[in-house]
Amino acid sequence: MENKSAKGWLYLIPAILFLGAFMVYPLVDVFVYSFEEGYNSASQTFFGTGLYNYSYILHDPYFLQAVKNTFILVIVTVPLSTLIALGISYGLSSIKALRELFQTVYFLPYVTNTLAVGLVFMILFQKTPYTDGLVNLILGFFGVSPIDFIDGPYWAKMFVLCFYTVWVVLPFKILILTSALASVSDDYYNAAKVDGTRPFRIFRKITLPMISPMIFYLVITGFIGAFKAYSDAVALFGVNLNAAEMNTIVGYVYDMLYGDSGGYPSYASAAAIVLFAIVLTITCINLLISKKHVHY
Amino acid sequence: MKVVLQNVTKIFPGRGRGASDTVAASNLDFEIPDGELIALLGPSGCGKSTTLNLISGLQKPTSGRILFGEDDVTDLPPENRGVGLVFQNYALYPHLSVTDNITFPLGNLRGKDRMSKAEMKQKAYEIAKLVQIDGLMDRKPGELSGGQQQRVAIARALVKMPKILLLDEPLSNLDARLRLQTREEIKRIQRETGITTVFVTHDQDEAMSISDRIIVMKEGVVQQIGKPQEVYDSPANLFVANFLGTPPINVFSASVKGEKLYIGEDCVLDVKNVPDGEVWAAVRPEGFVLDENGPMKCALDRVEVMGRDISVVSENENSVNPVVRSIISAENRVDISSKTVRFRLKPFKTLLFDKKTEDRVFFGDDK
Amino acid sequence: MNRDIIKKERNAKAANAVRKTLTYIILAIWAVVVLFPFYWMVLTSVKNYASYNSEYIPKFFTLSPTLENYASAFTAVPLGRYFLNTVIFTVLTTGLMLIVTIPAAFAFSRLQFKGRDAVFTLFLSLMMIPYELVVITNYTTITDLGLRNTFTGLILPSVTSVFYIYLLKENFAQIPDELYYAAKVDGTRDLKYLFRVMIPICRPTIITITVLKVIECWNSYVWPRLVTDDKNYFLVSNGIQEIRENGFGRENIPAMMAAVVVISAPLIVLFLVFRKKIMEGVARGGTKG
Repeated sequence: MENKSAKGWLYLIPAILFLGAFMVYPLVDVFVYSFEEGYNSASQTFFGTGLYNYSYILHDPYFLQAVKNTFILVIVTVPLSTLIALGISYGLSSIKALRELFQTVYFLPYVTNTLAVGLVFMILFQKTPYTDGLVNLILGFFGVSPIDFIDGPYWAKMFVLCFYTVWVVLPFKILILTSALASVSDDYYNAAKVDGTRPFRIFRKITLPMISPMIFYLVITGFIGAFKAYSDAVALFGVNLNAAEMNTIVGYVYDMLYGDSGGYPSYASAAAIVLFAIVLTITCINLLISKKHVHY
Repeated sequence: MKVVLQNVTKIFPGRGRGASDTVAASNLDFEIPDGELIALLGPSGCGKSTTLNLISGLQKPTSGRILFGEDDVTDLPPENRGVGLVFQNYALYPHLSVTDNITFPLGNLRGKDRMSKAEMKQKAYEIAKLVQIDGLMDRKPGELSGGQQQRVAIARALVKMPKILLLDEPLSNLDARLRLQTREEIKRIQRETGITTVFVTHDQDEAMSISDRIIVMKEGVVQQIGKPQEVYDSPANLFVANFLGTPPINVFSASVKGEKLYIGEDCVLDVKNVPDGEVWAAVRPEGFVLDENGPMKCALDRVEVMGRDISVVSENENSVNPVVRSIISAENRVDISSKTVRFRLKPFKTLLFDKKTEDRVFFGDDK
Repeated sequence: MNRDIIKKERNAKAANAVRKTLTYIILAIWAVVVLFPFYWMVLTSVKNYASYNSEYIPKFFTLSPTLENYASAFTAVPLGRYFLNTVIFTVLTTGLMLIVTIPAAFAFSRLQFKGRDAVFTLFLSLMMIPYELVVITNYTTITDLGLRNTFTGLILPSVTSVFYIYLLKENFAQIPDELYYAAKVDGTRDLKYLFRVMIPICRPTIITITVLKVIECWNSYVWPRLVTDDKNYFLVSNGIQEIRENGFGRENIPAMMAAVVVISAPLIVLFLVFRKKIMEGVARGGTKG
């Protein structure tokens, strides 16, 4: 028996080593960092423990800007992308011809490099001395004067960021909702049909409740994902997000850690923990709400 | 309301290149009388479920007409036909309570038929009482047993007061004991409501025990329609004879010479009015009589005691079935040590079928 | 039947046709929104530099496609280097991931030993830890070990995926116990059983997690950015960012797009080949994770 036990652990050693070194230890360490005041990464010294790091970031205008941006992004993109995904999946499930082709096309953004395609979005939206860009050209048809979406007003930049985020997250949501819709047995629809149920009532009373667990799953993971937004913003606006007023909380963490404004792991840790606290709270609220509304 | 099918054919086009079409129902032409309980019986893939879907309107026939009473409903969608349908797996909405499941069809009504919440509840309660689930109104389907779910499904189908009630394999998801109970239940509900009811089954026992009439199908073609006893006693062809009855009918390869039936060398029966030639002879298990001087000789295999009856299992080289199984009263004594056993055949339990067409060949004063 | 119903029926049919057409139109519009950036990037990448800059109003097609942008993408910036780095990074990380994941999943699903369930619960709880929390310490660890700008530093923290261990363990657990006992009775050693029976049976899942890991590696940006500042160790994501900031000069957009095409192509090809597997894997991962 003893021998058998040893063998079990032997198979686990690589996993435990990797996870211990790069997940468990850092997890403990990040809390320690966040309470060490005046930590200097070069000399590895600090002069006190306390809540100063938290107080610092909460008074840092860049951090507050990042929090504001992140919240706007979350509040706009999560409901919007879920609704669009629901509409598209419902449309997909009601057709037969071309269905597989559409599904394949819709999934494409999932496998593309966010940074790379972000560049394409940038040139589509950017207004430069040489060109107004394609989007402005189209807007021009509707009599809208050109706007610089990349270096222009705040709302325009936020619009592009939200648009790109929705574009990036939709493939996953469409895929999940399409397979959820497919798993609703045809018998339910036939039963409803024999009873003369109108399409809208079928959708509201049968389809929606049956896939509600998946919708809430998407909302919860959507919130978590959107709170961690970062590389989409980098792709559109470059690495200096603070200057562009487009930083996110995660971006703030990395900026504190590394780069021109970096070298402050304590501040970064404090910011990361604040983010974690926000995400945890929102997720708990979501779970509470879903308990009330999701069927079975 | 009576249901009439006139030359109804349903063809499913083959999918993909080179795939051939499937004829699920071919030239169905029959009438279901008003107020009867009808069984559509056949092995899986015989087209019985397709027939049910054609009546419900979930599928449209490729050709032919379907009439409810005098009205042609062929082109009507299911919701305008006034049918109630119970699915094999019940298709109860898992997120709705029993009450909400039953009232669901009522919520679709519009205009002058529209009902208030209270009316719907009242109606649901009445129906629930009929199927005896009125104590479970607030439960969800997941909290009910299979038999209870079945009743809820029937209640949901009945609540609109359909002209015709259709049930797809209503008992196949229940265990053996519940199945017996529930089939009595279906009979009772049907009798109390008087609604024309069609149910699909592959279980001949089920079909025989509760239906007023059986429609036997094979490969999309109706083989025979009739009252259960008629179909059992006088099957139209070898398939029907084989499909009905437990234990199954014993089939022998036989021949007729000079109006006498021979199984092997044994001249077993007088068959008047049958021309000479090869035939299939089929004998119901209860058609054998033990007789020391009987004309039919079989090699005795074993005797199984079944309480009131005994089953004599023997072998005969002309038998199509692996063994010849006869059922006789337990009062008879069989000498187990004996190597052979002799039978006499009851003429009205012995059936002849054409060797090629497998259609019934009548003999004597039959017909 | 009476006329009312027939009329209703006809209206319903018309409404159905309208609904169907509308559905197709909406689906097609979204398909265009999804595909257009890809079209634009390919289009721009074959436009001549001079003619691109002279198009104040961008043209939707070009009559004189050129490959010169692809040439400059590989010569003006070390795109080939970035590409090679990413391939090395992806192959090694994915390979290591499999070496770590398969034995762990095997131990959790098949071997009996003390503390197994406790450790597994611990593993599962790790799935909830956000990456952002641990990346800070990992960054300092790698820096302190002097592993910045090395493949070791890039790869090691990227190897583990608790989720893949979980996914594979679930799949392994579906193989009936009888197979294992039969093999034991025949005197098969555990390791042989793992390689000859479990891995072949669970090949679809292993392919799925491999492909998902490859996608993850190919697109990874944050960690490589933190631990590399030497261009010789840049991955494609960092490379593209570098190109954007100061590669061809901000104006040479066609060359930039050529680089984007080169970077995006491998994954799109991979996707088209393993389309079913990837979509299934993501859907399954999504519903269980």
